[in-house]
Amino acid sequence: MSAEPQDVKAALDASSDQGRAKRSRNGIVRAVVATVAFLALVVVVDFFSHGDFLTAGNLTNVLRQITYNAILAVGQTFVIITAGIDLSVGSLIELTGVVMAQFANASGLDGPLLVIATTVVGVLVGCGAGLVNALPVVRLNLPPFITTLAMMLMARGLAFKLSHGQPVPLNSTAFDALGTDYAFHDLLAPLGLPGIPWAVMVMLAVVIVFAVVLNRTRFGRYVLALGGNEEAARLAGINVRVVKTFVYVISGGCAGIAGMLLMARFASGSPQTGIGSELQSIAAVVVGGTSLMGGRGSVVATFFGALLIGVLNNVMNLVNVESYTQDIVLGAVILLAVMAEEIRKRVFAH
Amino acid sequence: MAGITKSFPGVRALDGVSFDVRAGEVHALVGENGAGKSTLMKILAGAYRADGGTIEIDGNPVTIDGPKDAERLGIGMIYQEFNLVPDLGVIENVVLGIEPVRGLFLDAKAAAARATAALTELGINLPLDRVARRLSVAEQQLTEIAKALVRHARLIVMDEPTAALTDRETDALFALIRKLKAENVAFVYISHRLEELPRIADRITVIRDGRGIETRAAADMPPDDLIRLMVGRALEAHFPDLPPVAPDAPVRLAVRDLRAASNVNGVSFVVHAGEIVGLAGLVGAGRTEIVRAIAGADIASGGSVAIDGRDVTIRSPHAGIDAGIAFITEDRKAQGLVLGMTVRENTTLAHLATYSRGPFVDRAAEVAITNREIAELRIRTPSSEQIVRNLSGGNQQKVVLAKWLTGDARVFLFDEPTRGVDVGAKAEIYALMLQLLARGAAIVMVSSELPEVLGMSHRVLVVRGGRIAAEFARADATPDRVIAAAAGVVAA
Repeated sequence: MSAEPQDVKAALDASSDQGRAKRSRNGIVRAVVATVAFLALVVVVDFFSHGDFLTAGNLTNVLRQITYNAILAVGQTFVIITAGIDLSVGSLIELTGVVMAQFANASGLDGPLLVIATTVVGVLVGCGAGLVNALPVVRLNLPPFITTLAMMLMARGLAFKLSHGQPVPLNSTAFDALGTDYAFHDLLAPLGLPGIPWAVMVMLAVVIVFAVVLNRTRFGRYVLALGGNEEAARLAGINVRVVKTFVYVISGGCAGIAGMLLMARFASGSPQTGIGSELQSIAAVVVGGTSLMGGRGSVVATFFGALLIGVLNNVMNLVNVESYTQDIVLGAVILLAVMAEEIRKRVFAH
Repeated sequence: MAGITKSFPGVRALDGVSFDVRAGEVHALVGENGAGKSTLMKILAGAYRADGGTIEIDGNPVTIDGPKDAERLGIGMIYQEFNLVPDLGVIENVVLGIEPVRGLFLDAKAAAARATAALTELGINLPLDRVARRLSVAEQQLTEIAKALVRHARLIVMDEPTAALTDRETDALFALIRKLKAENVAFVYISHRLEELPRIADRITVIRDGRGIETRAAADMPPDDLIRLMVGRALEAHFPDLPPVAPDAPVRLAVRDLRAASNVNGVSFVVHAGEIVGLAGLVGAGRTEIVRAIAGADIASGGSVAIDGRDVTIRSPHAGIDAGIAFITEDRKAQGLVLGMTVRENTTLAHLATYSRGPFVDRAAEVAITNREIAELRIRTPSSEQIVRNLSGGNQQKVVLAKWLTGDARVFLFDEPTRGVDVGAKAEIYALMLQLLARGAAIVMVSSELPEVLGMSHRVLVVRGGRIAAEFARADATPDRVIAAAAGVVAA
């Protein structure tokens, strides 16, 4: 109070100017370091895998393999930004897959119409489950950990019950294109590339759409605001209950999309394909730098988190690391990524 | 303690305070909110570290690096909000952290014996196995005192100990304090209730603006002197001249018999266009709760609110904003700002639809309005893209104001608008309030700084027990009258 206002002003101005300069310098340094490290890593990996890594076929494979996890992780990103968590998405892949396969077989439709109708059904089931996840959270203030854990069990149980524990094979071949075909095949053929799998196209669309939703829309801003300070968001007139509810609905819907792609890939809806997927999606979000405390996060960073995990799995397969060791490495990488981010924040905090 | 200084970013909270307590003495520490009492006590308790100065106990210089150090040195701290674990019983709370053990296991018998011994020594009866959350406030306080004694505290710091006690409980507390005094326990006693000080304090130190102003024996400190010393310079502080309210100014805000579960018990008042009504009162009197209920931050359980003669139903902050109410909350960090967001994002948060095209945020429009507000309110920030966490308190507060100025509110509820804000920013915030008046806004201002209430209100309403206890026109609102009404004593 009694300090000279002029001094305070001067000190403030000085510190913030320095801060800005430091921040932009850090940004450039980080980008350069990240790029160099990444290129070095690719060269090393390619060397150890005897040139198998940097082939069009393998890179396409990596992208195809991360499709499901990346889509789940996009929805999970929204939930985690609000300081919540969605443990049900793994089971919801299964439930939506089984429901969609049964719907497709019973609907009497075929062709693109069947694909569209089935997808709508799957997404609606996922969104409905998300709504059930959200209501006790926003109405009774229950922890999302509990409501989504309950949904994880219920959805998995329901998927098993509906399918009698057996995969439900698809009668129609309308989904094959999504499961195995490539987009831009003709365009990329002269370059010796098979094209881009349709599933990857769907993933990219999901990533782009939700990146825009998070960064460019009012809804996205509200998600970030309520994650950062729920009370301030509420007092600013934001209907935090509605925003929070939609976050879980989005996560459920993403599980529906992932469930559809997985069903198309295996030409059947299976009740046991999603075990552990919820944790994989959380790992992708966290490796992407989104804080579990809420308030900040990025869909694009989550995509790169999923990509990093996918590349790691792929490389370990290529160099014949046994699967138990793979889990150890993966766990360690996740831990290191989060620790590095935390240390970076502390070092550059001021 | 001698020459203690402590600065926070942008504020020097303590500026060379010296303070001593003798064995077996009750030394009262008084001052307005923000004078530095709590900071001083937190340094003593090890919650903060002093930037400068020395602390001696029994003549030996000591350093207090954390709560454990304070405890080892025999300093017991009893905060206004108690530090009991709500789901543990009295005994477990008393021995918390120093539980007697037998091998690997807790020794419940020894714990009970120790707690009982402390309570017997105090001559008090407590339901020993009741969990803390089910104790009355007075019982919780006694538990805290027992906790301090079990730790061999020789100096006990009490922050507003009587704020939530009944008269009888207060009498019992004072008897207990006298008893402990006789055993050479020293007390630092922080209180806003000036009328009780002559009954309990041996000496009184007034601090103001982070400086120790005067220490006197309680017997030599008549209430008038005390108030004058507390308020002191602040009364000379520069408040802008309030333009008079036009005699024909319409009633902008009318509150009738407002009630809310949160300690609002039938409040009625009106505010005219171009008028500032100040709500004064002690901490916990219900001032904040009144404005929260008007704004829809808490849901009113009864009564009505009318704006420009039209009844409005406000059951959420959103409805409050729609009705034309801007609520500038007291705690900008917890309620006013999303600290991790930028100046721009915070500025537009309450009216984002205005800066959107369809569902999409129009970033150019956001930047434009934010830059306008930065210029108008002279917010010192490198750009609209600065994270508000990095701004000083005064500039953060201006961002909160910017958020509410971008709308078309006609009623502004300011809750502690200048708390933790430096002198320069204070003047700017006052100037801004005058601008709002010129636009015909009605302003309700809650403030614990008496000079501010007196200097910046056309009328002062004193709140006590969730009701309006007294109303003073500007000319009649003197510090002693307002303080007397707030404390519930008859003014001399």
